[in-house]
Amino acid sequence: MSIQYYIILCLTLFSIGVVGVLTRRNGIIVFMCIELMLNAVNLLLVAFSKMYHGAALQSAANTTAGIDAQIFVFFIMVVAAAEVSVGLAIIVMMYRNTHSVDINFLNRLKN
Amino acid sequence: MSTVDILFYLLSAFAIVSATMVLISKNPIHSVLWLILVFFAISGHYILLNAQFLAIVNIIVYAGAIMVLFLFVIMLMNIKKDAEPQKQLLVKLTGVIAGGSLLTLLIAVVKQTAQIQNKQVLLKEGTIGLIHPLGKALFSDYVIPFEISSVLFLSAMVGAVIIGKK
Repeated sequence: MSIQYYIILCLTLFSIGVVGVLTRRNGIIVFMCIELMLNAVNLLLVAFSKMYHGAALQSAANTTAGIDAQIFVFFIMVVAAAEVSVGLAIIVMMYRNTHSVDINFLNRLKN
Repeated sequence: MSTVDILFYLLSAFAIVSATMVLISKNPIHSVLWLILVFFAISGHYILLNAQFLAIVNIIVYAGAIMVLFLFVIMLMNIKKDAEPQKQLLVKLTGVIAGGSLLTLLIAVVKQTAQIQNKQVLLKEGTIGLIHPLGKALFSDYVIPFEISSVLFLSAMVGAVIIGKK
């Protein structure tokens, strides 16, 4: 499978996430779209890792080239889990103060 | 067209349709359920790439833990279906056009770039996605970032408790 198909798939998923962030006003949906973008990037990293690994296998039989990208994906998942717990706490606090999850409320932060 | 190709196209179509449904759904709970389907499709892609560890971690951490957290928060808030104020149509249209332009531009760049022409992804082969090589790399070369991430988790936990408290 050519790498271009993977890149196009991940770009499509990423763009769907971008459109979601730009068009929705529900804070939770915006947050979910950010998760979608993170996952698109993860999938692309794994695809590039396998591309690099396949190229390195031609010269050396048991190489572990390309394993770094998969470790990075693991760390991205770790950071995403930490980010979600804090972000959802912020959304819950916002809801407690305003009784809605409309992100336009956050405009008030600038004054 | 081999089985792997058919699986790739099926999973890709599944992921893109589910991701679109995340945006379109009015009810946030439906959005969460569609997003879980997206994560399962992405896990299928990981299995296709023989990244078995990441496939399982993706299901456990994303579809299992994070999305349950989202569902829990949504059900806690008891958001009404029509309570979400809609953006104006013009703003929505602008967002869709901006995202579409981004996609078109990036796809054009990918099509033009000479470096990635004829590069193949190794599907269903290669051992780097298995637990044994990944565990070895994680606990030898990357052991310090791994330990630091536990501090990150602790600080995130403390932060979530402090923010969530009155």
